[in-house]
Amino acid sequence: MQKYRILPHTADAKFQAFGASLEEAFANAALATASLMWDWGEAKNTHSFPVSVQGIDLEQLLYRFLEEILFLLNTKKFLLGSIKDLKIEKIDGVYRLEAVFWGDEFQDHYEVFGDVKAITYNEMKIEQCGDRWTIQVVVDM
Amino acid sequence: MELKRINDNTWEIPKHGEMKVPALIYASRKLLDAIRGDLTLEQAKNVACLPGIQRMSYVMPDAHQGYGFPIGGVAAFDLEEGIISPGGVGYDINCGVRLLRTDYIEKDVTARRKELLAEIFKEVPAGVGKGGVTKLSQSVLKEILVKGAGWAVENGYGTSNDLQMTEEQGRMKDADGTYVSHRALERGIPQLGTLGAGNHFLEIQKVDRIYDDDVAKVFGIDAEGQILVMIHCGSRGLGHQVASDYIQSMENAFGIKGLPDRELIHAPIKSSQGQQYYRSMSAAVNYAFANRQMIAHWVRDVFKKVLGSSQGMRQVYDVCHNVAKIEKHTVEGREKDLCIHRKGATRSFGPGRIEIPEAYRAVGQPVIIPGSMGTASYILLGTPEAEGLSFSSTAHGAGRLMSRHEAIRRFRGEQIRDDLAKKGIELQSTSWKGIAEEAPAAYKDVDEVVRVSHEVGIGRLVARVVPVGVMKG
Repeated sequence: MQKYRILPHTADAKFQAFGASLEEAFANAALATASLMWDWGEAKNTHSFPVSVQGIDLEQLLYRFLEEILFLLNTKKFLLGSIKDLKIEKIDGVYRLEAVFWGDEFQDHYEVFGDVKAITYNEMKIEQCGDRWTIQVVVDM
Repeated sequence: MELKRINDNTWEIPKHGEMKVPALIYASRKLLDAIRGDLTLEQAKNVACLPGIQRMSYVMPDAHQGYGFPIGGVAAFDLEEGIISPGGVGYDINCGVRLLRTDYIEKDVTARRKELLAEIFKEVPAGVGKGGVTKLSQSVLKEILVKGAGWAVENGYGTSNDLQMTEEQGRMKDADGTYVSHRALERGIPQLGTLGAGNHFLEIQKVDRIYDDDVAKVFGIDAEGQILVMIHCGSRGLGHQVASDYIQSMENAFGIKGLPDRELIHAPIKSSQGQQYYRSMSAAVNYAFANRQMIAHWVRDVFKKVLGSSQGMRQVYDVCHNVAKIEKHTVEGREKDLCIHRKGATRSFGPGRIEIPEAYRAVGQPVIIPGSMGTASYILLGTPEAEGLSFSSTAHGAGRLMSRHEAIRRFRGEQIRDDLAKKGIELQSTSWKGIAEEAPAAYKDVDEVVRVSHEVGIGRLVARVVPVGVMKG
């Protein structure tokens, strides 16, 4: 299955990410976000950061999850390469996500070509159709 | 959507449905066609439905679709019944433009521009991976959030005259770092004094054309061929995080039911949520002022080092184009304080306003409109009419025409560098792909945007400037 595709958007950037489960679609949405800034396939898996976020609904959960990529880039110069052990649970009406980000610290041989300023709710969709989940996100660039 | 034509450059969405006021769009037919291509008008209509909105929901000539509010949207709210919205300011809080004049003319820099640009590139950190040069503690950062550009001047970056020539004198006095999250502070620490990437740039420019000699002189722009420096950047990750934090805390406090668009989330200005956002946003505004203050200082150092002197490198002005402020305006014949949201719009005060520097008070404030990388930029003049037409606001830039994805497919960074070099424009960047994304052809025609601003009377033409050297993150 295709992990994600970038869709046309005049001012910013829009993508759809896919998965056979909600978790897989979330992980692919993270790779799609990274792909707007660097080639995640190039980032060696030398560093890891545990990620733990929660949200009042799936949309807020997704927003906060993807924002971790920007936060780690700004504060640790961390370039995401892959996502491991992603779990989503709903406990007492609140969605919780746990995962581990693997990747590398920025070095001069990496090219960071784009600057995602923020994740947005604009045109955000999280949909299940049979055994296929589709996530759509527009990010501010 | 049905539009009523008022004149060649003015269009109205009449009040209907839930709208509390009409929406007014300033655009030529050509710009309107571009505006109609996305959800800008729908978003302007949504803004017109918000509690406490005054007079009109305004749309500037360079408008395009944003999140919640359109980019190029101006809306004013009553301080008693009105709201404040992070979506009405945008993620890049106090994204803005600073302009320095110089005593140099084109021939002084032509032979040295490569060297100038290379030195600036060394001194001013840019690009996504680069951190700032200053190691900051959280307590110093909090001081910066309160003092803004004043902190930078106190620490040897620039002069007190720079503060006079900055909107708000480089400091929003209502700023309070107490309500800025730990995460936002963490993002702010490594990035102070950095240009960033995306559409942000630093340009060495020359004056290409002067439309109003008398006003240009007041601004320190003396002749065609004069060299200027323009710095376009904002509050970096700190500002983005403040916006994001308050969108979510307002969601959690007020819920999202009934919102036509989730990013229209807002809080009553008087509420504690509203006040905390306003004070945190003001803190992010101050961070951005300090950021541009430091960058301007380094640019002067480079000019001094390479050309021998930075004398005469006075600041023309520094404007913010993503901000919410409390300002006095006249509504239905009565002057009152309002909360003005300008998202992708520049304040355009005419003569007499106490908020603008004394040196400009007889003519009006300079309005700085950056073009896209490598194209023309403009200096306009704030007008008295803008008060009644747009709560003293005008456009902020060019606006994209083509997606980044499409631009990367169509253009190559190296090719753009060669094309610009043929026009005598030197280019430096951290990423060729980033250059392709920002290809000049991917942007709207800024000439048309400022022509409409001039004709409508919300910001009048003073000078057109073109780049001789471009640095992009």
